[in-house]
Amino acid sequence: MVDTKIEPTAAGAGGVAAEDKERRFSWRITGRWVGITGLLAFLVAPIVPLFVWSISFRWFYPAILPTEYSARAWTEVITPHNDVLGVAWNTALIALVVTALSILLGVPAGRALGLYEFRGKRLVEWMILAPIIVPGLAVVLGIHVLFIRAGLSNSIPGVILVHLVPTLPYMTLVMSGVFANYDTDFELQARSLGASRWATQRLITLPAIFPGVVVGALFAFIISWSQYVLTLLIGGGQVQTLPLLLFGFVRSDPAIAGALSVVFILPAVIVLLLSSRYLSGDNAAVGGIGNI
Amino acid sequence: MTQVTLSGLTKIFDEKSPPAVDQLDLEIESGKLTALLGPSGCGKTTTMKMIAGLLRPTSGDISFDGDSILSIPPEDRGAVMVFQNYLLFPYMTIAENIGFGLKMRKVDRKEIRTRVTDMLDLVQLPGFEDRKPRQLSGGQQQRIALARALIVQPNVLLLDEPLSNLDAHLRDEMRELIRRIQTEMGITTVFVTHDQEEAVVLADRIALLFDGRLQQFDVPDAFFESPQSVEIAKFFGGTNFIPGRYEGGEITTAIGRFRAPRSAVAGGDAVLSIRPEAVTLGADGGNSVMGRIRSHVYVGRYARFRVTLGDIEVEAVTDPGQVKLFNDGDEVPVTFDSNKIWVIGPAAAHE
Ligand SMILES: Nc1ncnc2c1ncn2[C@@H]1O[C@H](COP(=O)(O)OP(=O)(O)OP(=O)(O)O)[C@@H](O)[C@H]1O
Ligand SMILES: [Mg+2]
Repeated sequence: MVDTKIEPTAAGAGGVAAEDKERRFSWRITGRWVGITGLLAFLVAPIVPLFVWSISFRWFYPAILPTEYSARAWTEVITPHNDVLGVAWNTALIALVVTALSILLGVPAGRALGLYEFRGKRLVEWMILAPIIVPGLAVVLGIHVLFIRAGLSNSIPGVILVHLVPTLPYMTLVMSGVFANYDTDFELQARSLGASRWATQRLITLPAIFPGVVVGALFAFIISWSQYVLTLLIGGGQVQTLPLLLFGFVRSDPAIAGALSVVFILPAVIVLLLSSRYLSGDNAAVGGIGNI
Repeated sequence: MTQVTLSGLTKIFDEKSPPAVDQLDLEIESGKLTALLGPSGCGKTTTMKMIAGLLRPTSGDISFDGDSILSIPPEDRGAVMVFQNYLLFPYMTIAENIGFGLKMRKVDRKEIRTRVTDMLDLVQLPGFEDRKPRQLSGGQQQRIALARALIVQPNVLLLDEPLSNLDAHLRDEMRELIRRIQTEMGITTVFVTHDQEEAVVLADRIALLFDGRLQQFDVPDAFFESPQSVEIAKFFGGTNFIPGRYEGGEITTAIGRFRAPRSAVAGGDAVLSIRPEAVTLGADGGNSVMGRIRSHVYVGRYARFRVTLGDIEVEAVTDPGQVKLFNDGDEVPVTFDSNKIWVIGPAAAHE
């Protein structure tokens, strides 16, 4: 995060050097656009057949495109009695709360892991990695009993809590990568110049770790948004989310499943595009993921 | 004007290694410039951070004008530290960096702007307001860091090697600038350096630190004329040492006996130290022994001879004209000016 590169360009950089720099800059812009277009193609491509499915009525081999089209699936999705929009809203709400909690807990945890040496640090690292390595199902089967006793099963708070099992480790790992490259002397310098603890957090720490927080939050959101097993087990069918709804239709009605998939994937694509500028290779957060 | 007192100040980072700062007692005079001098890793930065309130001492006390300030948070101490590695905030422009302290003090925006411009003129970087830190060279960043601290006119200014990245010419100008602002505003200033020449040129007093311990706290010339140990004399460099026994104002060495009224010890095993400038060749007076010239170099403003006295070799710095008088291999009387001899305790006995 801390950029200590020193450009030796003096006050009056010559015209040649400036031109050269501009050219390099424009290459970077071009590169970025190629990257974004690629990403977009990669993400949107799978949606195309899904969308075609959703509007097809008859589609048999060897026809490349459906022979008859119908808006039935989309009507089903939009009609209130299926409550697809309500479920989508539910899914988003759960994902947003999960993301917020991941940030709130993961940033301080990542800071502790990335910056400080303490006894038992290895153990903590393993405990954080465990839910990522051990299949979620195994973890949840253990947790399930506890949740029933605590009255958390079959409820939205319960689902939110169980989603934290996979998201929190990701957030913590991303942030520990960010903080490993972070020089806390910047905070001390700000304090020494007269900034309060709070002003230092806001003006110095936050801008430095922001890209990392965005990347971590993105992970958390997408993990929660697409969660199937954990939601099914803890939610017990009472808490409906898009993945649950979607899987229900996959065998019974592929056209509706296709329409739902589009609804399901679009927000993820939008979130990803909005944060794409933080996903470049020289981002310490992405580097942190590479360290795992 | 603030007097800074350190008493028994100690910092232990981990139990297994020796303290980074060990029982430091220091009386930093109000409105004066004090240099904290010592080799790398001797605890200079650690001491500064404790004074600034950025690091909690393991034990000991720090007071400003007699009142302990240990419980006061850094932003309220009135002590501003400039770090060794500048630490310009990368997300802010140069103007925002310099104005940071004033913004924290809720100074009105227009006034900040004018004072930032004045500061940029002062550090000779006019028109740099809208640049980003990474567009500046190391020396330029260092000057911005200095400006960012000076602008708040602190009571205590803590400078951690603020000139390390400047070339000789700029370094001289910045030294003068620091000195001028410091005296004009009467800011109590602590200045860290590992360059003894810089400390001598700039400071009113020098605190010399080895391994976290205070060796000598004195005016600059004292380190040349009356260093308290051989290590200190060696740190300032260029001195001849001859071991011997000191008794009744005379020191007896392997090459002869010398009158030596000035000493750091009362008697016993000791070391005669004499700077090359106080060694004269040719004239046979008191305090002389015969020596043989081994080699010489003509430097221009002076000449430097290496002379063997029995098993011992000493260096003499003389008038450049003397190269014409002596040849290598000549036997000459070598005189030690008795008022320039300084007798120190033996190296091993120190601490
Ligand atoms: N945060 C820390 N944790 C552990 N040890 C530290 C820490 N900071 C400094 N030290 C140790 O304390 C000692 C003094 O360090 P300090 O940074 O004060 O040296 P310095 O005199 O400023 O050196 P330099 O001239 O190289 O800047 C060193 O041995 C260093 O390794
Ligand atoms: Mg240091």
